[in-house]
This record gives sequence, C-alpha cells and structure tokens, in this order.
Amino acid sequence: MGDGLEEERRRWLVTKVGVKVSNDLTVKLVHTQAEGENKLKLYSYWRSSCSFRIRISLNLKGLEYQYIPVNLLKGEQFSPEFQKLNPIGYVPVLVDGDMIISDSFAIFMYLEEKYPQHPLLPSDLAKKALNFQAANIVSSSIQPLQNLAVLKYIEEKVSPDEKIPWTRFHIEKGFEALEKLLKDHAGKYATGDEVSMADLFLAPQILAGIERFNVDMAKFPLLSRLNEAYSELPEFQNAKPENQPDAPSA
Amino acid sequence: MAAIIVEPPKLALYSYWQSSCSWRVRFALNLKGISYEYKAVNLSKGEQFTPEFEKLNPLHFVPVLVDGDVVVSDSYAILLYLEEKYPQRALLPADPQLKALNLQVASIVTSSIQPLHMLSNLKYLEQKVGPQESLLFAQTNVEKGFNALEKLLKDINGKYATGDEVYMADVFMAPQIAAAMQRFKIDMSKYPRLCRIFESLKALPEFLDASPERQLDAVH
Repeated sequence: MGDGLEEERRRWLVTKVGVKVSNDLTVKLVHTQAEGENKLKLYSYWRSSCSFRIRISLNLKGLEYQYIPVNLLKGEQFSPEFQKLNPIGYVPVLVDGDMIISDSFAIFMYLEEKYPQHPLLPSDLAKKALNFQAANIVSSSIQPLQNLAVLKYIEEKVSPDEKIPWTRFHIEKGFEALEKLLKDHAGKYATGDEVSMADLFLAPQILAGIERFNVDMAKFPLLSRLNEAYSELPEFQNAKPENQPDAPSA
Repeated sequence: MAAIIVEPPKLALYSYWQSSCSWRVRFALNLKGISYEYKAVNLSKGEQFTPEFEKLNPLHFVPVLVDGDVVVSDSYAILLYLEEKYPQRALLPADPQLKALNLQVASIVTSSIQPLHMLSNLKYLEQKVGPQESLLFAQTNVEKGFNALEKLLKDINGKYATGDEVYMADVFMAPQIAAAMQRFKIDMSKYPRLCRIFESLKALPEFLDASPERQLDAVH
C-alpha cells in the first residue's frame, strides 16, 4: 500500500459511499469499484447477522473487499456455483485468493491470523476464552434458533403465532446468560475497553433482537449499554444490514 | 528410594455422561494426555440449575472446564483454550485452509446440528406438535448437517476428517455421529465418507474412554 497501514485505523475502504465520518477519526472513506485479482471477496446477505459479524471485522482491520450478494430469500444459496463454495448453503463465505472459507467463526479466526492489524482477540488467554464463550452463546445458542429455515419450520408446523415467542425465548435466555457472563469483565466494550470478538458477535444479535423480534432490552442493561457504544462506531454502522448494497431501498 | 508424588489433576471438567458436547471435550483431553477430575452434573435431575453451577455457566450447559482460576464453558471455547494452553498433540493443523476447514466443521456440528436436537428444544416441539414431528425435526436437521459435511469432506484423502491426523473436526464429529445413530436412527449409509471417518475414530482408545458408558455417572 502506498501510504502504509499503521497500527491505528487510518484509512479504510468501503464499497458504498454515504457514511458519516466522525470527527475524532482520521479516516478517509473512498468509494471504490476496483476488482483487483487480490481483492478479498465476501459472499454476504444484507440481513444475515453472521455476515454482519465479518463485515465489522473487515472494516476494523481496514480490509477492502468486494461485496457479492447472495439472496437467501430467492434461494441463491442453492445455486450450483454457491454450493461449490459452501455446501451447507450459508453465508458468509470469504474468498482470499485461493482460500475459500465459510462460517463466521472460521472466517474470523482466519482474518485474525492473516491480517493481524487491529487485533480483535486479547492476548490474555482467560480473556480470549471469555470472547470465545460469548461468541458461541450467540452463534450456537441464539442465532441458529432464529434463522430463516427454523422460523419457517415453526411457522408451518407449529403456528405462525409461535415464531415470535420461540425466538424471544431463545434470545432472552442467551441475553440473560451474556449479562451474567460479562458483567464482571465488561469495560467500554464487552470484555474490556477495546473492541474484540465478543462485540462483533453481540452487535448483530442485539440489533436483530431489538429490530426484528421486539426483545425488551430494559432487562439487559449491559447489552443495552454496549449497543449504544456500537452505534458510535462507523465500522459497526457501516456493516449494518440497511447499509449493504443488496439492502432493499427505503 | 525416591518417593513418587502423584499430583491431583489440576483440571476439573463438569460433564454429563450422555452429553455429546461433554464427550467432545473428554475426547480432546484424552488426546492431549491431560488428566482431569470428573465432576458429574446430573442433567436429568436438574443439577445444572443450582446456584453453584449457574456461577460456572449461566447458560446451564455442560461441559464446563475449570483450570485453576479460569472457568471456560462451551465445548468450542474449551477446545480453543486447551489448544493454546496445552499445545501438545495439536488439534488444529498449521495449514490455514485445513485449519479453517476444521473450525468450519466444528461450527457446523456445534451451531447447525446439535442445538437443533438438544433435548430441551425437542421437548418443546413434542409438546407443541407431538413426538413424531419432534423426531422428524431432529432427523431433518442432522441429515442437513451430515449432507453438508459429506460434501465438504468427500474429496479429502485420509483416515480422518481432514487428513491422517485427528483434529478438531474429528473431535466434534465423532460424538455427533454416535448420537445420530443411537438416538435418531440416522441411516449412515447415505454418508460413506462420514462412515469411514467414524470407523477410524471409534477404534481410538481416547474416543472409547470418553464415551458415555465409560463415565463415572453412567447409568447402565
């Protein structure tokens, strides 16, 4: 890179313009349509919280990427091309040259190792393990129970009226656990004063809980505070569903 | 004559004999040659809801690892913690593509398969739509996950999931395949690669010693 990537976030590139730049960041946003060979590609769906996690990571690490939408509602994940990339048909998928990586946890760990700028895991092992636990509460105990396929099943086999109670039950159970897990460790962010893996997994889940499933956040003061903190970070805001190229226009 | 001092194990593992998530960690600890104190949590008697256990894991799940002052719950987090703290007998390959594949396979098991056949979720469905539907739901999700794993792993040569060494993918898959066969009567002939992997894994003493029937709290 011409001007070098310094440790602090100095500059990051996004594929969509129109994001406000806060005054305390010396960040310059550049709209690019570049399709270089070496560019990272992210197969993503605007609303997928798993994709959202990785979009945040890429933003924080200042990594330019090509956004390739996969329309889950239209079944594009079942196309032969996409099945070759990820046979389970889930987004996100990251392509980095010859590497094809699926699953947000695996992608996160790959990015952390390959692009160590702006590290997103603490070096202290106990704190690192705390991040893994918080991330897994989201990715194993909450998100799988609210994904499209499961919701469709509940709607069809149980009743359309059961969808919301089912998801709220699992979200609230997970949120209660997260409140307890993190309360003695949180700082400005989930596990301290720096943004880390737990925050990347929490932010999309909290937003989904609020915006899609009407979770009563008054019961979750720590998560509410974290949500506020995330709303002030452009890297998080820019990764939000409504800011993605495949989001339906307002 | 020198005295032989036997130190008590420093690690404790809160586990339930039938829990496939606990099986994963027991298998990993055996592979790494790490001794541990087995602390049984009787899920059928609701011991996961005691205040003491809640302090260890507010989600009320097993397994939980206690290593001195460090408490780690969730088998995925425990595996990654063990991998860093006790690097002997590595459970993640150095090659980045294979490492990512192992993490992905473990994720598929721990996020896309197991939560959808957890007893508590199946009980809910049984109440709402009956035991047949509930079993069908479990089978459908196991098969969906196994289809994906079969496709992901079929072109890889090796005795085990990602080559000729046992890694994290194997640690997660083996208990899942065992549970699929015993509890959900999955027809494994549809998954030849998974069958071959399982044949290799089930011969390992580390896997067998970790199996439910051999645990302290097993009920025969």
